[in-house]
Amino acid sequence: MKKNTKALSLRVPEPSGRPGDTPDFSHLKLDAPGAVARPDALSDHHEMRDLAFRLVRVLDEDGTAVGPWDPKLDPETLRNGLKAMILTRAFDDRMHRAHRQGKTSFYMKCTGEEAIAVAQGMILPREDMGFPTYRQQGLLIARGYPLVDMMNQIYSNASDPIKGRQLPIMYSSRDYGFFTISGNLGTQVPQAVGWAMASAYKGDDKLAISWIGDGATAEGDFHNALTFAAVYRAPVILNIVNNQWAISSFQGIAGGLETTFASKAIGYGLPALRVDGNDFLAVWAATQWAEERARANRGATVIELFTYRGAPHSTSDDPSRYRPGDEHEKWPLGDPIARLKQHLIALGEWSDEQQEAAEKDAVEQVRAAGKESEAIGTLGQSRPSVKTMFEDVFATEDWRLVEQRREVGV
Amino acid sequence: MVEKTFTEADRNDGIEPDMVDQGHAPKSTTGGNGTLPMNMIQALNSALDAKMAEDPNVLSFGEDAGYFGGVFRVTDKLQEKHGLTRSFDAPISECGIVAAAIGMGAYGLRPVVEIQFADYIYPAYDQIVSEAAKLRYRSAGMFTSPITVRSPYGGGIFGGQTHSQSPESLFTHIAGLKVVVPSNPYDAKGLLTACIEDDDPTIFFEPKRLYNGPFDGWHEKPVSPWKAQELAQVPAEKYTVPLGKARIMKEGADVTILAWGTMVWVSLAGAEHAGVDAEVIDLRSLVPLDIEAIEASVKKTGRCVIVHEAPKTSGYGAELSALVQERCFYHLEAPIARVCGWDTPYPHAFEWEYFPGPERVAEALKSTMNGGR
Repeated sequence: MKKNTKALSLRVPEPSGRPGDTPDFSHLKLDAPGAVARPDALSDHHEMRDLAFRLVRVLDEDGTAVGPWDPKLDPETLRNGLKAMILTRAFDDRMHRAHRQGKTSFYMKCTGEEAIAVAQGMILPREDMGFPTYRQQGLLIARGYPLVDMMNQIYSNASDPIKGRQLPIMYSSRDYGFFTISGNLGTQVPQAVGWAMASAYKGDDKLAISWIGDGATAEGDFHNALTFAAVYRAPVILNIVNNQWAISSFQGIAGGLETTFASKAIGYGLPALRVDGNDFLAVWAATQWAEERARANRGATVIELFTYRGAPHSTSDDPSRYRPGDEHEKWPLGDPIARLKQHLIALGEWSDEQQEAAEKDAVEQVRAAGKESEAIGTLGQSRPSVKTMFEDVFATEDWRLVEQRREVGV
Repeated sequence: MVEKTFTEADRNDGIEPDMVDQGHAPKSTTGGNGTLPMNMIQALNSALDAKMAEDPNVLSFGEDAGYFGGVFRVTDKLQEKHGLTRSFDAPISECGIVAAAIGMGAYGLRPVVEIQFADYIYPAYDQIVSEAAKLRYRSAGMFTSPITVRSPYGGGIFGGQTHSQSPESLFTHIAGLKVVVPSNPYDAKGLLTACIEDDDPTIFFEPKRLYNGPFDGWHEKPVSPWKAQELAQVPAEKYTVPLGKARIMKEGADVTILAWGTMVWVSLAGAEHAGVDAEVIDLRSLVPLDIEAIEASVKKTGRCVIVHEAPKTSGYGAELSALVQERCFYHLEAPIARVCGWDTPYPHAFEWEYFPGPERVAEALKSTMNGGR
């Protein structure tokens, strides 16, 4: 073997901008709205590989729905979607403030990503099991889950549906198709595949749908999930929410400079769609495509939802320390709420006044729920009985738990 | 390829080759009370077979565990009998296997997965520890996953460090997991059935050195096959052995030995070798633990020796030792002794220096009888 004559060098990827820089998105290759062809939902995945590198968009600059992916939704559905996104944002704002006021220990907003969970929560019935991450609160909100129950969980108060067991925002609701959230990243994607396999095993008609962030696709669990989904043709929709940032690491640290996240699917023999995640109609259309395919027993689809995390990672994070301050404002794919509003107004189905009224109504709903929840108690003011700390470890307490509960004196 | 070597090594140690070669649907005539003589592999296979016949929500999968029936043949013929979707091969992805099982369990199935060797379980550790064990608690009972993770475990088969480990204490430490280790065919079937029917996740370790005979640690002597043992008379029908109930393998007056898996047989041999009247308790399930049986025995004998294959430090013996002194301190006439694997990785060439054999057990018994001196 010939010795290298040139010294090697290690590459560490860096984002296009850091604090103080002007945001630079010139590297993004964005398809024009309506430019990407829509294959039949049952088509051979080999024939649609290019879609993993394109970007499905429906709404154009003027708010008009264009191209083959337009889901042609009725105005009522659009208005409901817009209202659910507005409510999600109002909820986030209130709970973020509640944290600042010392009412809870932690919160995570989904600002800029509302279209994803809201659209998908509206499309799929709640009998289909969702395996969400911590930024899919829109799923519960779109399905009408009581805001007060979300707040009770965030406050770990006496009415917390999961009895003060989890960090705020780690909701759980079987009835709303919302699997208990794990704080360990990526673990739930292969579980969603297993759930979907079980549905197929039983000859049921239910699907599973999972979400993972761009950063967590680097976890082995994600790749195991794709292997199992492909091998057993599991009826599951596997979303990758590429919001550009995993706490302070830009998506290049997870391999996003080398290829698209959607294209990871190709190596596993799964169809992939890459979609503008800030375009409510595009998210809707792509999810519907994957749903149709899964229900026809054609297996899993990977959807990369291309978006931007507008908020800090959590209340414990300060993005001004690692990214340009105005990056979110300059995001070339805009804001999902503003874009759907623009579309509805263009259709003549909405107005600035209605928008203002909807925002006011959302704030009011959140305020009313907040009042109710805070009356039960914010963090530390009330909590489930300490006795419950020893419950649900097993179906039946064993002697150790009985003894330890007595030691605590409850 | 490595697995092949083990099968052959096992055979050289006195296993009846017909059981390995021709599958193990019991061919023998029915014994008294509807029982059949079975080795541990056959008993485990029978447990799965009976549960799958009874409950369509029970399914089995793992690496090589489908068509082929598993490298140790525990899932042999299940696919043929119950169908392709009920006993199938899985990708070499322990994390994926356990994660898929968790999802299936949450849906409402009772999956039984095989991790080919306990030494390979670590890629699934996060799924077991952070997910399976915690679902019920973190969702306040809204979601549960009653999975059974089966895994051949333990040493004595010249498996080297990657086919010999006893990692039970990595699981007994985790809130929300049950950990079970059978020592004989009768218990193997009953305990596995109980694990499948249990509403919580269970880790079921199968001492692979016991698959084909009650190995007592005298490695240079030929091993007697299971069929000579009463505990190899296994009912053909489904039955359960409850979790959390120890078995007193041998009653005795002088010292209590706490053991599980292969070490139960080694302990019996060790007591015989020492000529000590030991009470040998097979814990059968480590979690839940039969603390009452332990307490009653140690209070009776006043002495306690704990025997396990896993390394001594932070092994389950440490927990048992603490429990015994907390509960029986004023009854103890000698320090509690532990006979364990050394705190080294499991060695290949030094298998019998590492493996706690009857001589080491006998020494510990004699020392304990002498007040620990």
